Amino acid sequence: MSEPTAASVSETQASVTDNTPVIPAIELRNITKTFGDVVANSGINLSVYRGEILSILGENGSGKTTLMNMISGIYYPDNGHILINGEEVMIRSPKDAFRYRIGMIHQHFKLIDVFTATENIVLGLNDGKYDLDAYEKRVREICDRYGFLLDPRKKIYDMSVSEKQTVEIIKVLFRGADILILDEPTAVLTPQETTRLFDVLRNMKKDGKSIIIITHKLHEVLSLSDRVSVLCKGRYIGTVKTAETNESQLTEMMVGEKVDLNIHRSEPVNTEVRLKVEGLNCKNPDGIPVLKDVSFEAKCGEILGIAGIAGSGQRELLEAIAGLQKLDSGAITYIHPDDGGTEDLRNKSPKQIRELGVRLSFVPEDRLGMGLVGNMGIIDNMMLRSYRKGHGLFLNRSTPSSLAEQIISELQVVTPNAKTPVRRLSGGNVQKVLVGREIAAAPTVLMAAYPVRGLDINSSYLIYNLLNEQKEKGVSVIFVGEDLDVLIELCDRIMVLSSGQVSGIVDPKATPTRANTMKEEIGLLMTSKVANPSENHKEEQHG
Amino acid sequence: MIIFAFIRRACMQGVPLLYGSTGEIITEKSGHLNLGIPGIMYMGAIGGIIGGFFFEQTGADFSLWYIKLLAVLIALTTSLLFSCLMGLIYCFLTVTLRANQNVTGLALTTFGVGVGNFFGGSLIKISKADVPTVTLTKTSSCFATHLPFVDKVSQLAEEGRCPMVVSEICSTLFSYSFLAYLSIIIALIASHILMKTRVGLTLRAVGENPATADAAGINVNRYKYISTCIGSMIAGLGGLYYIMDYATGVWSNNGFGDRGWLSVALVIFSLWNPSLAIIGSFLFGGLYIVHNYIPNLTMQAQELFKMSPYIMTLLVLIFVSIKQKKEALPPAHLGQNYFREER
Repeated sequence: MSEPTAASVSETQASVTDNTPVIPAIELRNITKTFGDVVANSGINLSVYRGEILSILGENGSGKTTLMNMISGIYYPDNGHILINGEEVMIRSPKDAFRYRIGMIHQHFKLIDVFTATENIVLGLNDGKYDLDAYEKRVREICDRYGFLLDPRKKIYDMSVSEKQTVEIIKVLFRGADILILDEPTAVLTPQETTRLFDVLRNMKKDGKSIIIITHKLHEVLSLSDRVSVLCKGRYIGTVKTAETNESQLTEMMVGEKVDLNIHRSEPVNTEVRLKVEGLNCKNPDGIPVLKDVSFEAKCGEILGIAGIAGSGQRELLEAIAGLQKLDSGAITYIHPDDGGTEDLRNKSPKQIRELGVRLSFVPEDRLGMGLVGNMGIIDNMMLRSYRKGHGLFLNRSTPSSLAEQIISELQVVTPNAKTPVRRLSGGNVQKVLVGREIAAAPTVLMAAYPVRGLDINSSYLIYNLLNEQKEKGVSVIFVGEDLDVLIELCDRIMVLSSGQVSGIVDPKATPTRANTMKEEIGLLMTSKVANPSENHKEEQHG
Repeated sequence: MIIFAFIRRACMQGVPLLYGSTGEIITEKSGHLNLGIPGIMYMGAIGGIIGGFFFEQTGADFSLWYIKLLAVLIALTTSLLFSCLMGLIYCFLTVTLRANQNVTGLALTTFGVGVGNFFGGSLIKISKADVPTVTLTKTSSCFATHLPFVDKVSQLAEEGRCPMVVSEICSTLFSYSFLAYLSIIIALIASHILMKTRVGLTLRAVGENPATADAAGINVNRYKYISTCIGSMIAGLGGLYYIMDYATGVWSNNGFGDRGWLSVALVIFSLWNPSLAIIGSFLFGGLYIVHNYIPNLTMQAQELFKMSPYIMTLLVLIFVSIKQKKEALPPAHLGQNYFREER
């Protein structure tokens, strides 16, 4: 299957790093892959040496994941060569990839919910007798060696995101992988979990493993990797040593132009309380409390950030305000901007809330599930919010279609036309359509859950600017985010949720000395147990 | 002693259901909802009839033991061939061409019943019978052969040399043909393979999340093909048992009733576990015929009783959806075709 090739090319590559073996563990030459008319990768060259961490940096849709899928055998390249230890190989299937000791940890975990950790780890292996107890022992050994915390018998559906990731990593180590590819591994982790993961990765590097990490978080690239390869729109831009580069150079390589990485935060003006939430309690269908005595105020003209580990009640909180979640107790009071009149929103349906004259916009985290209809075009998705306004037998399409065209041009949505089903758009473009529609409804309260999840730098900043614009217009913005750096830069106040409770409200506009410790402080609040809820209110007043 | 007679009939009713649902469980574990099971069981039955019919036509001497064995093997082979062919058609359409599984399955049921009736009608014409049936008494008697000591025990009981209860229990446990016992053995083996072996782990993974299985280096399509074809062949045996043993070798068109759909319902009832399907099948079999054992039932009431297995299935569905136990749910990707490079 593999044939020897001239080593001369490898030797020229070796000059990139000092003190590394001459032959790269894996080398890609001129890789090209197209899906129909879309060129996902064209002419990509990269190499990774043993005991090295290489970052692959690129915006969304720049072809990072496609490229890695070709190394791990999910896709097959249309053109180009893959060399492992200097020998050309063909990776036709994931099985081939295992044979060459390549292991990929996907962005979306590829785990079977109803299986235990061990069952997932041994799935697809074929090494003699099927003995789960023996396998469990080997899993424990790997855990001990690298310092993972994992119960091999735990079912996946009982696991946290970080535990699932651990299973994924052990899965490839169990197969003796020497080349590990991690696709956006930190997107779902808390700062503490990220630090732990990086420690583990550094241990593996010391062990002589080659690690490729896909990311678009610049500070991670700089803190972790030895070299960075940058992709842009499916093309290979170049590789630089991390020690010799900086954020602005990398960004420039990534997007082809200079981008201002500072979020402009204006001082809130004319703030008054728009939404008052008091003592919310609710349970999930299994009867487990997901919100416990949550109280806060959202003011107009400011951005209230909500931080917390995924699943700490953020979703339920927003849904409760939007009228989609039944509450056990508590009150949600909306204060009209014009006359100061109040409305009780508790346990009202979204339609009832709208009829009260409350202009509430909601960008849910599940874009294609709750936010948009995947099989409909942008125009039809615009109509979802306005169809009740029409009179007569036939739908009025002209207003929504001009709105659609406006969103496409203002937010630079990449789409063949306004009628293309939105599920065919990339994640960032789907998000732009959704945010554009919600903002077009001229809300007084705008709630956005993870609006930049999976978006590249350019699109993310576009969304941040949109949120800032709304804030300056006097909208009360509630922003649920996962990137603490962004939360700290963007929000006027940050409320931290921990297992359904408010563990603290912090003011990110504090003095610079405090700003340095802000991230750790929020990180601790995210995992802390709330002892006495009344203390939080005090803290709020201080902030 | 009517209770023993009832149990015996219930078990005989249950056997085709057990075959059907074991086959369907194996298929569904690969993520394919094969609604063609009624058609496949029908084809399994007509396949056996065709093999048996032409073997009887050769005029072989059925008093010889090896001719009996040959008759069974021939009918078994043709039956398996027919049902395997149906499984292959289903696989080709849903796995290779990625056609909608529900539509394909329902079409296959219609197709299977149609083809079965076509061959059935043709055989009736060839055999020039007075009544619209094909009767394979000789082949059927080979299939219906059961353990000899059961007859001896009942003979002893009639002569008063052993208690009646012993004879009844003996015949309730041991009076069935080999296909009945085979159905339980197959269900137990299937259960063991699914839960305790690497093949089972892989197959369940394919049905739960084919993309994951694929990434783990498993040949997803091969597992889907093999499990669907084996499942179809097992289901086809249900048709063969019905026609050769339960219906004593008498084929009449559309004689199979709604046993195919009962098998599909039994899959849900047994929560995708072949061992539970063993109990479920005999329960369903009992419910299916219990109206015959309740005196003075009106026609309407009889039909209501026939409905009871489906009501039981509905109750199980309700119960399971309230409990939300992950292991009791159908395979997560049941009914969804898999295409690796779909974006």
